[in-house]
Amino acid sequence: MADLKKHDTPMIDELKKGPWPSFADDINTRAESGVQCCYDLLGQMELSYVHKETHWKHGGIVGVFGYGGGVIGRYSDAPHEFPSIAHFHTLRINQPASKFYNTKFLRKLCDMWDHRGSGIFNFHGSTGDMVMIGTTTDQLEPIFFDLTHQFDMDLGGSGSNLRTPSCCVGKARCEYSCLDTQAITYDLTMTYQDELHRPAFPYKFKFKTSGCPNDCVAAIARACTSIIGTWRDNIRIDQKAVQAYIGGEIKPNAGAFSDRDWGPFDIQKEVIDLCPSKCMYMDGNELKIDDRECVRCMHCINVMPSALRPGVDTGATILNGAKAPILEGAQMSTLIIPFMKMEYPYQEFKDYVELMWDWWMEEGKNRERLGELIQRQGLRHYIVDILGRKPIPQHVKEPRSNPYHFWKEEEVPGGWKRDLAEFRKKHLA
Amino acid sequence: MYKDDPGYDCSKLLETPYDPEFAEKKYNPDKPMENRITDIGPPHYAQFFPEVIKKNYGKWLTHEIIQPGVIKYTSETGDVMWVVRCGTPRLLTTNLMREISDIADKFSEGICRWTTRNSVEFHVTDEGTLKDLIEYLNNFKHPGGSYKLPIGGTGAGITNIVHTQGWIHCHTPATDASGMVKGVMDDIFEYWHSHKLPAKLRISMACCLNMCGAVHCSDIALLGIHRKPPFVEDDRITGVCEIPLAIAACPTAAIKPATVELPDGKKVKSVRVNEPRCMFCGNCYTMCPAMPLADAEGDGVAILAGGKISNRITQPSFSKLIIPYIPNEPPRWPGVCEAVRKMVEAYEKNANKYERLGDWAKRVGWERFYELCDIPFSDKSIDDYRLAYDTYHTTTQFKWSSHTDALMK
Repeated sequence: MADLKKHDTPMIDELKKGPWPSFADDINTRAESGVQCCYDLLGQMELSYVHKETHWKHGGIVGVFGYGGGVIGRYSDAPHEFPSIAHFHTLRINQPASKFYNTKFLRKLCDMWDHRGSGIFNFHGSTGDMVMIGTTTDQLEPIFFDLTHQFDMDLGGSGSNLRTPSCCVGKARCEYSCLDTQAITYDLTMTYQDELHRPAFPYKFKFKTSGCPNDCVAAIARACTSIIGTWRDNIRIDQKAVQAYIGGEIKPNAGAFSDRDWGPFDIQKEVIDLCPSKCMYMDGNELKIDDRECVRCMHCINVMPSALRPGVDTGATILNGAKAPILEGAQMSTLIIPFMKMEYPYQEFKDYVELMWDWWMEEGKNRERLGELIQRQGLRHYIVDILGRKPIPQHVKEPRSNPYHFWKEEEVPGGWKRDLAEFRKKHLA
Repeated sequence: MYKDDPGYDCSKLLETPYDPEFAEKKYNPDKPMENRITDIGPPHYAQFFPEVIKKNYGKWLTHEIIQPGVIKYTSETGDVMWVVRCGTPRLLTTNLMREISDIADKFSEGICRWTTRNSVEFHVTDEGTLKDLIEYLNNFKHPGGSYKLPIGGTGAGITNIVHTQGWIHCHTPATDASGMVKGVMDDIFEYWHSHKLPAKLRISMACCLNMCGAVHCSDIALLGIHRKPPFVEDDRITGVCEIPLAIAACPTAAIKPATVELPDGKKVKSVRVNEPRCMFCGNCYTMCPAMPLADAEGDGVAILAGGKISNRITQPSFSKLIIPYIPNEPPRWPGVCEAVRKMVEAYEKNANKYERLGDWAKRVGWERFYELCDIPFSDKSIDDYRLAYDTYHTTTQFKWSSHTDALMK
């Protein structure tokens, strides 16, 4: 304890103030309990605050035997000043679907991480993994042994492989969920363990599953394959509860607007007029929905959760190709399959995954996401030629406004081979 | 192989105390496959569910937010459950994790859950415990005075800022993440535990254009950017990079192969950067450590706004570049905080109920958005990257605003 080196960190100390939870205070408290790497981490961060540049080096391939992902090498570029974080590698650990934990698990994990690493976590990384920040190369194999033997845990994805699938809270807690999001996520994770741990893809690949179009896991913005719950029958209506909303007995939107006076609830203004497809109306005291016109945006259900529920014939809309801007600009997932039942063992979905992956692995360039390949070779080609699916108007926001379709020879009667001499008999050159 | 049969759980494994000697006894570096277990995947999720969730899985009927951060769920079985949602800075030490475990043991049957926005949630089934839990959390503070687990993040307010690593643990950032998020959340904390906005507002933060934080569809997005082209370390590049990969990594074809002479007269293969073509994405650095581009003056923060993910009312949309650059101002990034606050306050004041920030901006017109938020418009918000045409304004419909007034003076 006596030889602990505390660095002078005035700027980091400033971040202990204010109401929002202070990571600086948390890490400092842990440093004070005798952990040098926490002092060094804060010290190096202070140096970054002075220089306004990171002090983590690029590169250094580390991992565990037989896996290509799950560990990210991290080295300080000021190791003499901060020796206890000279190596400070990250491990991504595959989280249980929708991130429930019991304290037996968390406490045991803390014991392990104190023993073998810095004792600092990200709960969770952006992709969903439980992330352990800061350990040395010699600890990587022992951590992997501990995780698999003592915790029933495995590493998650990093590099050009399947990234750890993730999902929303689903049926565990949400009345909107049209899918068993955890079951789907767990099944895909287990089915594709090889793809998750051994990079064989052109670049990263992400599956994300949301139970309804509210999309709480941001599947449509982030996943190469977004699985989003929906229904194809009618919204269930409890007319008595509709009246209770109109009468002010139940607060709209489950009380989400409680700190401001927006006036009495007005079903016409707040629900019917805001419906994007204008498929709702009042018939006397009854709320009516023309379900064939409904686009299932969730607004009416969100506003009146006690009166309206998704239908019972539920499944998923499958979309492809979301990504952040690197390299070809940001893309949102594009609708490919309007409805799939998604029943265990999800064979229809897995057959689709095989088609998609075979094409991407064959045609994708290094560091080209699926969405970029779809852009490069064309959505039409992907839907029609690769997936062999029938094109439908739902595949586009609007039809193209240029006429430059790449007609195929077999689509044109007589093919493309013509007789120039015959042509010239009719047309002087 | 599968662990999803109904009888499976790893509770026995978890009841066995952690054995710090285990790996040293079992792992032999000379025979890495001996005793090895691989590809077992995550623990099955259902074993970590509270009893009330196991019983009511798929049977939930409705919910109500009884106060900001506290949601009451009702099941068709008649069961009721409350969830208390608390903010965290995502970075957590084992100290805090043990305290979270203490809270879960005391109030929520030893179980807690994390959200996709890095908040932690406790589930309780009786109102007395709920009251005690709320009181406990409201008094649960760090030595410096910040809340350890502030309650909030529901409804028409601001949720936790999803963010990346920044200077604390990443090798490519253009800015810090945790510090900036702390600064911004301190500044707008009143919106964390209140329901006074017109709709939910999602702020996300990514410390470089790789966007691990996927901020590109957020109401407000904070994004670390570089503004100086990369260095080329000629004496190191062949040792640490595959030059063709670095060249192929450039989306604007600004990197070309070159043979250069080092000061000692040795000729080596390297690259040259056509600097006017560089858009500072940093992708070359990701592929090639000998092309760093971090720089104290060059780096900073761009602010985007108006994106969303949900399909509710309007379709999901991308965030748009509102402020092209704010310098890095550690430790609290006051310029970023001020810009965020201006947008949040203008949105609070002007948007309709249920209207997300981007939908409000679209309704009043982006020209009005700049005016109402008191943010100058910059030439840098005019797209000159690919597919820019999609953002051109091809109509005579526009609104008079301070910008047109200024032109016509």
